[in-house]
Amino acid sequence: MIETLQTLEWHPFLLSFKLAVITTFILFSICLPFAWYLSQTKSKLKPILEAITALPIVLPPSVMGFYILWSLSQNSVIGQFFNDVFGIKLVFNFTSLVIGSCFYSLPFMVQPLQNGFQSINKNMLEASYVAGKSKYVTMLRVALPNIKPAIMTAIIITFAHTIGEFGVILMIGGSIPGETKVASVAIYEFVEVMDYAQAHIYSGIMLVMSFLTLLGVYVFNRSQNNKFMRVQP
Amino acid sequence: MIKIDIKKPLHGALGSMLLNIDLEIKQGDFVALSGVSGSGKTTLLRILAGLEEATGTLQIQNEIWLNEKFSLSPQKRKIGFVFQDYALFPNMSVEENLLYVTKNKPLAKKLLDITNLTQLAKRLPNSLSGGQKQRVSLCRAMMNQPKLLLLDEPLSALDPSLRTKLQGEILALHKEFNTTTIMVSHDPSEMYRLSNRVIVLGNGEIIDDGEAKDVLLKTKGSQKFSFEGELLDIVKVDVINIAIISIGQQLVEVVVSNLEAKSLKIGEVVNVSTKAFTPNIVQS
Repeated sequence: MIETLQTLEWHPFLLSFKLAVITTFILFSICLPFAWYLSQTKSKLKPILEAITALPIVLPPSVMGFYILWSLSQNSVIGQFFNDVFGIKLVFNFTSLVIGSCFYSLPFMVQPLQNGFQSINKNMLEASYVAGKSKYVTMLRVALPNIKPAIMTAIIITFAHTIGEFGVILMIGGSIPGETKVASVAIYEFVEVMDYAQAHIYSGIMLVMSFLTLLGVYVFNRSQNNKFMRVQP
Repeated sequence: MIKIDIKKPLHGALGSMLLNIDLEIKQGDFVALSGVSGSGKTTLLRILAGLEEATGTLQIQNEIWLNEKFSLSPQKRKIGFVFQDYALFPNMSVEENLLYVTKNKPLAKKLLDITNLTQLAKRLPNSLSGGQKQRVSLCRAMMNQPKLLLLDEPLSALDPSLRTKLQGEILALHKEFNTTTIMVSHDPSEMYRLSNRVIVLGNGEIIDDGEAKDVLLKTKGSQKFSFEGELLDIVKVDVINIAIISIGQQLVEVVVSNLEAKSLKIGEVVNVSTKAFTPNIVQS
């Protein structure tokens, strides 16, 4: 057992971690204004945008993986363009994992943020407008500080969900050690070759990490809900 | 001078109606806006604030806020708006709530002094009582030195003794800054104390407009007093009938003749009045 731990390959975990950090960062930057827009708009397009955003929750990862592969491979217009102009390949490398994860985890970032923004007292936002503040300033200084639990939930769930990604990654990234072989893919391969000892260790680590992440979210949200009730020192 | 001439179709709980208001308000006036719920009071306030669309014109002094082609955004109107639920920013202290509007520290200090909030300047809104919150909300609305102050039932969530106290503070602020003010209210004593003009809305239109005393006084002719109430029941006792009427928070019994009893319907709104004697006033 100790021997197995000493020879444990940490690369897949680091790769999963790196992928999750980058994906979360990109998604947060894009989804913050998007979620704010969704929460405030009265446009008829809203249900359509919401449905598209939620698609990754219901679609089988293989379907998403297939479409991403189809649209980004070197035979596709987009893939060809990036290859010719920037010399970047968009499939079977780390870049492709980031692109795939951004689609895959999109709803997990958008939905908590949108719910958070929607739960804000409308009068509070209007009080800010009447005070002469633009929508942008209102979002930054009134809306955001009052939805901290939602922001925290969005970031952590997106992060954890990306760590737990498997199907899409396998389809568009394959299993190149150090490049696209993330922890979940590594476990799949261990099981495939019947190396149950390694599979156990990897799975155990994933289980504990995921539990601790979620525990962190709930503990944080609990403390946040009480925070504004306290008197400032 | 504020010139209001607006129209807006409303679809409320009572069906569709047209909000149709044509009104002029003098600079420095304190107008109380009254009327049953659903008559369009809050909508009028929100249209004035630019939070809701309408057709027509709005002119404040020499500035156009609304006409056929143009609607000034709420950000540029320089108004103060006090919401019934205070709508304070929970992430900012009392002082920060005020300074969020403009970084005018002397004004913030002055406002907090007038409303006795100086001690609470560093507190977060959720640690304040309802009355304190509404005072903060009032101060915040005054921070951009508004051309027009709009109060949407500011005191209705507070208990009566607090209300009287806050009415005093609203009055003090109005005296100090002479801001043209429109306040939605249901409370006659509040309207009488604060306003110099009462406008009553009904079904989207102005149905009464005048000095508080004239609009609010319900007595006619030689009546000494007159109260509006709801007829709850008519009970026959021996040869007489007793009508039980709910006036404010109290029940009153009035003897009525058989003929009267037949013409009255349970649940009706009735006026109870007397003449020919002088009512006694004793401290309760």
